[in-house]
Amino acid sequence: MTKNLRIKTGKAIDETYRISFRFNGKTYYGFKGDTLSSALLANDVHLVGRSFKYHRPRGIMTAGSEEPNAIVQLHDKSARTEPNVRATEVEIYEGLEASSQNCWPSVNFDIGGINNFLSPLLPAGFYYKTFMWPASFWEKYEYFIRKSAGLGKSPTEADPDLYEHKYIHCDVLIIGSGISGIMAAKIAAKNGFKTLLVEEKPNLGGSTIYQNSDYFKINNQNSNSWLEKEINEIKKLKNLEIKTRTSVAAFHGYNFLLARENLTDHLPIEQRKDKTRHKLLKIRAKKVISATGSIERPMVFDNNDRPGILLSSAIKRYADFFGVACGEKNVLFTNNDSAYETATSLIQKGINIEAIIDNREQVDSKLVYEVEKNNIKIFKGYTVTDTFGYKRINRISIKQLSKDGQKVVGSRINLSCDCLGVSGGWTPAVHLFTQSGGKLKFRDEDQVFIPNTYPSDQLSIGSCNGDFTLDEILKNTPKSLKEFLDIKNTEYESLEIISSTNKSKRNIWLLPSDKVLGKTKSFVDYQNDATAKDIKLALREGFRSIEHVKRYTTTGMGTDQGKLGNMHALGIISETAGAKMGELGTTTFRPPYTPLTFGTIVGRNVGEYFDIFRKTPIHSWHEENKAEFENVGQWKRAWYYPKENENMHQAVQRESKAARESAGILDASTLGKIDIQGTDASEFLNRVYTNAWSKLAIGKCRYGLMLNEDGMVYDDGVTTRLGENHYIMTTTTGGAANVMGKLEDYLQTEWPELDVYLTSVTDHFATVSVCGPNSKKIVSEVIPDLDFSDESFPHMSFKNAKIGKINCRVMRISFTGEHSYEINIQANYGKSVWEKCMEAGKDYNITPYGTETMHLLRAEKGFIIVGQDTDATMTPIDLQMDWIVSKKKYDFIGKRSLYRSDTIREDRKQLVGLLTEDPNEVLEEGAQIVADVNKSPIEMLGHITSSYYSPNLKKSIALGVVRGGKNMMGHKLIIPMEKRNINVTVADPVFLDKENKRLNA
Amino acid sequence: MFIINCPFCGEREQSEFKAGGEAHILRPKQPTELSDDEWAEYLFMRKNIKGVQFERWNHAHGCRKWFNMVRDTSNDEIKAVYKMGEKPPLE
Ligand SMILES: [Zn+2]
Repeated sequence: MTKNLRIKTGKAIDETYRISFRFNGKTYYGFKGDTLSSALLANDVHLVGRSFKYHRPRGIMTAGSEEPNAIVQLHDKSARTEPNVRATEVEIYEGLEASSQNCWPSVNFDIGGINNFLSPLLPAGFYYKTFMWPASFWEKYEYFIRKSAGLGKSPTEADPDLYEHKYIHCDVLIIGSGISGIMAAKIAAKNGFKTLLVEEKPNLGGSTIYQNSDYFKINNQNSNSWLEKEINEIKKLKNLEIKTRTSVAAFHGYNFLLARENLTDHLPIEQRKDKTRHKLLKIRAKKVISATGSIERPMVFDNNDRPGILLSSAIKRYADFFGVACGEKNVLFTNNDSAYETATSLIQKGINIEAIIDNREQVDSKLVYEVEKNNIKIFKGYTVTDTFGYKRINRISIKQLSKDGQKVVGSRINLSCDCLGVSGGWTPAVHLFTQSGGKLKFRDEDQVFIPNTYPSDQLSIGSCNGDFTLDEILKNTPKSLKEFLDIKNTEYESLEIISSTNKSKRNIWLLPSDKVLGKTKSFVDYQNDATAKDIKLALREGFRSIEHVKRYTTTGMGTDQGKLGNMHALGIISETAGAKMGELGTTTFRPPYTPLTFGTIVGRNVGEYFDIFRKTPIHSWHEENKAEFENVGQWKRAWYYPKENENMHQAVQRESKAARESAGILDASTLGKIDIQGTDASEFLNRVYTNAWSKLAIGKCRYGLMLNEDGMVYDDGVTTRLGENHYIMTTTTGGAANVMGKLEDYLQTEWPELDVYLTSVTDHFATVSVCGPNSKKIVSEVIPDLDFSDESFPHMSFKNAKIGKINCRVMRISFTGEHSYEINIQANYGKSVWEKCMEAGKDYNITPYGTETMHLLRAEKGFIIVGQDTDATMTPIDLQMDWIVSKKKYDFIGKRSLYRSDTIREDRKQLVGLLTEDPNEVLEEGAQIVADVNKSPIEMLGHITSSYYSPNLKKSIALGVVRGGKNMMGHKLIIPMEKRNINVTVADPVFLDKENKRLNA
Repeated sequence: MFIINCPFCGEREQSEFKAGGEAHILRPKQPTELSDDEWAEYLFMRKNIKGVQFERWNHAHGCRKWFNMVRDTSNDEIKAVYKMGEKPPLE
């Protein structure tokens, strides 16, 4: 039987609404408003997981997003499963299923627990030191490490939930709804600022909302009642939007923030259907106010990690807010007044406190006197030296601290307990502030880092700014807001405040013990099992930079980013190395503040919406005719058109033969098209292409090669002179946008004097390319009025024409080496022209072919594909295309680079043809090319760039780049494959119709 | 993510822009007159300083205009934007 530790209705709990849930396979009950952790604690369940390295039993430690231990997997084995969820943040709902992480086979019997007994063998850097060698053993270790360490399991099915992104613009963003955040929201909204208040928890009010005590009063009301009235008022403000369950993940420069609004995680699963689960808010705020609060510090002593040890503030929250007692025999351990706030709360509710251990020798504080009045034993000047109990704390040992706090003195006192609340003071939650680029300063009095310089228009208020007492918050918040928002007055100028916290604190980063350090387990980072001993070891081994110590010991590298222990790590380093805290600096906190699921990050950009894809106007025809598609940039291009049971090879062989023997048809609409006009258009082309353009006659087409300024081939394509000052340029499909950008860049920045206008018209035209010996017959049937005679319409020329009433441009150009025509027509007529050509070509076996056949046909002719046969290291000379580089032109982009010492080297990689000894052997693209396989290491001469079996030549052909290949015609080379070597001969890259007779066939 | 004040359009999100490297590097008018070293200087050598830097930016998803920006790379503060051809603001 489990005990019921529900004391009475907590503030957040609806006791009329019972909810059942499962944890580690067992059914429990809680109430609406419970978190998984409060519900488990109410059922007296503390043991919730195992630690990462030693697999020590661990319990719930906190009540918030800083939780290092209570990390659970939700809905294991379902599509909705999610790892690394903090039990302290999960609101329970009917049907919730959670299980412990980091334990195998079960939380009660954990095989990795043996690491705990082996721990002398597992020091800092253990994984680096042990598993690095021998490298071949890594695979074997990894299996066991992963299985037993288990950082949760990722889902194996697609995420069934919906996610959205939303942009928000506001004047003032306030992060955190504690008392200072609420005051800021009211002041900002009432002064006309469009204000957004976000809070990570489901309710507003921070920790003040349950501070129901005579020791904290505002205007004669308990602070919780006062704040509740304020909250009710701000909910009515028109200028203010409030989002709860909304956690800021990242705070970037220029006040750009990302926040996750959680909309359905608290609902029973059947109520989530068709609802958006998370919204990723992209917030751009003119001003940001951080009111992110502070996180209580644990303390570092031997065995400070047992289940049943919690932060003192968490015990208070569970009691006040959830109505749950964390134990029946509670002991508090503190170095400051905060634990007494917890104590007064527990006393008020009749929860038993066995004793309070206080590091401080003397304290003059109202809160302490109040507790003493209740006959609770306070051990002043004492420290906890050890704790006992494997799966739940059952006893502690305490000893008196020496005057300097460095040693323990006197005899050991044992106290039995089932819960230990620890308070080591407070750490301002400056994570978001530092993410934004803010710089911190160290405040010596209470050993905290607080915001110092702001990189943007932002402000930190409340305890994240180091104001820890009610008094300081109420006085400083209105003051700094007036300046920040540039307003004269606030309604909070003359509040009557009773604030009983005494600020004295006795900070000892690593508490002394009666054991030597090597024999203790004093945890600094709970999630990653880094101890004080590990940090000292790292320093002994020579690590000095805080960033290096972090990585070596893994302190602060868990999913909690060390929210609890980073300050202790710094403190121990500072004490050991004799450096000042303020000078050590802190490690960098990186987004996200708490983990985000991938679904939230990608939003709606999944599946077919992952990336844009572009379809040509003829796409539906290709689909209807069973084309397989290939992605080229964002385009979907028809790849090949398999008939019946053809595989790709068979289809491509058939398509290639048909194109050369009779007629083929290709959808070339994806080629980039740039309309170029202006009186300097010819001069412009002269400057951007390697060849000369001024003398190109109107109505003629020319192939051009474009270089980068470094002389390397950038793009290619045919450009046609439509008129005196009018050209249409085509680019490669993938290069279109970049070419356009590059041309605009030169026009705007280098040659603004040129009268040239560029317009991208890629999408405006559909391009149907018909090739083969019967192409002329087919297109002249489609466009009967046009004179297709070779005299009137020779290769590399263009004519305006009409199909019906529709204007079109017909170019006689060829990428296959066949007699061929390209019809360019307004995009929406593309499919109809295609169909007309198919109809006209029926008697000639007109065969649609895709990109694969196009590649094969051009390879037979030795035509390059930029990006396949070139890779930004090839000059035109390397490509054996010297003929296209004008010797006469004074300048063009990249010209000067063509005779740099490096580009004129004879032994550069050059494009050659390659023929295999066995004509049926097709080489693998990307395979290496070598000359000598006996030399070690084998010298690599180049690689294969294109390779096909040519049905027209009835042999295998390949293009490749080979060092010094230009002068190696006829040489024998070797393609070394995994199991054998293939012999090849260097050949002319033009394999078919060197004389170009087929162009006029 | 910066907010960039395009000299032609006004303030826009950084995601609309493309960075284009160091500003005020003129393409030599007579490349053929240059030695390999001089040409390499133009081609390859760029500053990458921590501090105030002059940069080219393009409003790629907007007006598509190129312009110059003075930016402190240490804190991403944009100190000035100005049109191509205009003189850089004096420090
Ligand atoms: Zn613009």
